[in-house]
Amino acid sequence: MSCRNPLLAVASAAIAAVALAGAAGASALEFGRPASPDEIALWDIDISPDGRGLPKGSGTVARGKAVYAEQCAACHGTDGTGGLKDRLVGGQGTLASDKPVKTVGSYWPYATTLFDYVRRAMPYQAPGTLGVDDTYAVSAYILSLNGIVAGDATLDQASLPRVVMPNRDGFVPEPEFRTITNSR
Amino acid sequence: MPPPDPDPALGRMQRKRLSRRSFLATASTGAAGAAIAGTAAAGTLADVPERLPGAPVGARSARSPHVDLGRIPEATPGRRNLAPEDAINSKTPLHKLVGVVTPSDLHYERSHSGVPDLDPAQHRLLVHGMTKKSLVFTMDELWAMPSVSRIAFLECSGNGWENWKAADETLTVQHTHGLISTHEWTGVPLSVLIDLVGKERGSTWMLAEGGDATGLARSIPLTDEIMNETIVAYAQNGEPLRPAHGYPVRLLIPGWEGNLSIKWLRRLKFGDAPFMTRWETARYTSLMANGKAKQFQLRQEINSVITAPSGMMEIRPGYNRITGLAWSGHGSIVRVEVSTDGGRTWADATLNRPVLPKAQARFHLDWRWDGKPTKIVSRSTDDKGHVQPDRKTVIGEMGTNALFHYNAQQTWSIDDAGRVRNVLS
Ligand code: HEC
Repeated sequence: MSCRNPLLAVASAAIAAVALAGAAGASALEFGRPASPDEIALWDIDISPDGRGLPKGSGTVARGKAVYAEQCAACHGTDGTGGLKDRLVGGQGTLASDKPVKTVGSYWPYATTLFDYVRRAMPYQAPGTLGVDDTYAVSAYILSLNGIVAGDATLDQASLPRVVMPNRDGFVPEPEFRTITNSR
Repeated sequence: MPPPDPDPALGRMQRKRLSRRSFLATASTGAAGAAIAGTAAAGTLADVPERLPGAPVGARSARSPHVDLGRIPEATPGRRNLAPEDAINSKTPLHKLVGVVTPSDLHYERSHSGVPDLDPAQHRLLVHGMTKKSLVFTMDELWAMPSVSRIAFLECSGNGWENWKAADETLTVQHTHGLISTHEWTGVPLSVLIDLVGKERGSTWMLAEGGDATGLARSIPLTDEIMNETIVAYAQNGEPLRPAHGYPVRLLIPGWEGNLSIKWLRRLKFGDAPFMTRWETARYTSLMANGKAKQFQLRQEINSVITAPSGMMEIRPGYNRITGLAWSGHGSIVRVEVSTDGGRTWADATLNRPVLPKAQARFHLDWRWDGKPTKIVSRSTDDKGHVQPDRKTVIGEMGTNALFHYNAQQTWSIDDAGRVRNVLS
């Protein structure tokens, strides 16, 4: 971890002098190598509410039902309820009650977040192993269990961002962060 | 936590001691902190064991076997004493620590998919998005770059969540407030990386993503305060980060909710809007009484707690030193007041110096307890004029479903036997 590379050791001695001259000096330093578009694509997995970042592909509720039974039901329950881990279905209408039930159906504001999260993090023990089509499919199935898309729906790059989630308007961002202004 | 394995040499000493000494059980007030109770106390100086040659000098020093310090793994409110695989966080023993700096192995811990074992030779940090250049950094490069160190608290936004709806009388301050710690953090100022990649003027949010299984990711608003103070940190308390705290590199944003300080950092992406990850929509948003949720409630508010006497301790009438911790994500603590009559009257506590911005501050107050039942409370004020609210105010604003950002004044009740218990107010 410390400067194993003799070149870096020299560089860091030079930096000490630069740093004294002020933080602006850092921008002139040579650190980091350019990332190639191909390698960025491997890691650039986030998906915005407008659909930016969604990969090409598609999946049906029917296919999602099979994926879910095989890959998800053990932890999340057969119908997305009653599992050992987070409940994924139901709870609509409970958010203002004494016992709110927060699920994909009752609480999540964007369907794109579901695709993003399942692709990056699920199944829990082997994230990244579902293909793109199966990720669309299992997302469609969870949304259909929640009554948000029809039982014969197909989701893809174009249709997923258009899904209207019941709690879309349920969030109040702190005033400080509605518009960010900064000086650099 | 099980007692540490007895040292064979110590066993010999103890046997010797016990053979020639009366067995005076130490009255554990709890205020004695981390000392393990139960060994015989020395009656007169003649009872103090003779001096003996000690253990050889070693490469590392361990805690005394007489000291019992451990965190407690827990889950959501009320879910305690769990199997390790069911725990989601592990809390710092605030009642057994003094000063403000948390020992490295006792810093609170929270993760969403376990602690990964990352090899620094293979770990990389990608910085890209709305930037002139997309760059990949090695860990050696980060260590070689301009560096900054800062003492700052880190706090889980769930700290305090045990007390939203009810107060469980059996809780210690470790349960109620153990999701905060203070460390010295060292790393590269984020501003250096911003300059190296040439952030575009229009970029106002940054996604930070971890290399843990879950790929924990948060959108961070690029205010001047955050850009100036954020550290791409590789060290804690002078040593490389421990795996549980993000080895080999993490973000550290002083004063902001802990989950923004992404551990095992592997990607920073500049954008012009929040990315709306699961952790800023489904999680870490605070449900209000009307069913709407506060989102991007990112700053850790002004807070304080009395750590002794505190939950499950026992005190005796007469002199008692009240001590505790205060902190604010807005800046420096300037004042801590303590009430020993349930909030009717308040006295200024003494603050240990120096008091650092966005770090915990240690306070003390000398107190004589008359033996009558009472309640003790603390209330802090920071240099921006924020005063820690009472419970009524917090509940009035948020209801009781919020889960996160509970910073109400903490009350401990004391009964006529000196038993200290967690109560709502
Ligand atoms: C081995 C158990 C396990 C399996 C299998 C599993 N999950 Fe999960 N899932 C979890 C755990 C644990 C969490 C909570 C993680 C956390 O809180 O960070 C979770 C969380 C989720 C959430 C977020 C819930 C919320 O409201 O925040 C979704 C959505 C989800 N899983 C979908 C899936 C899908 C789809 C599959 C199958 C492809 C799957 N999971 C398979 C354990 C599992």
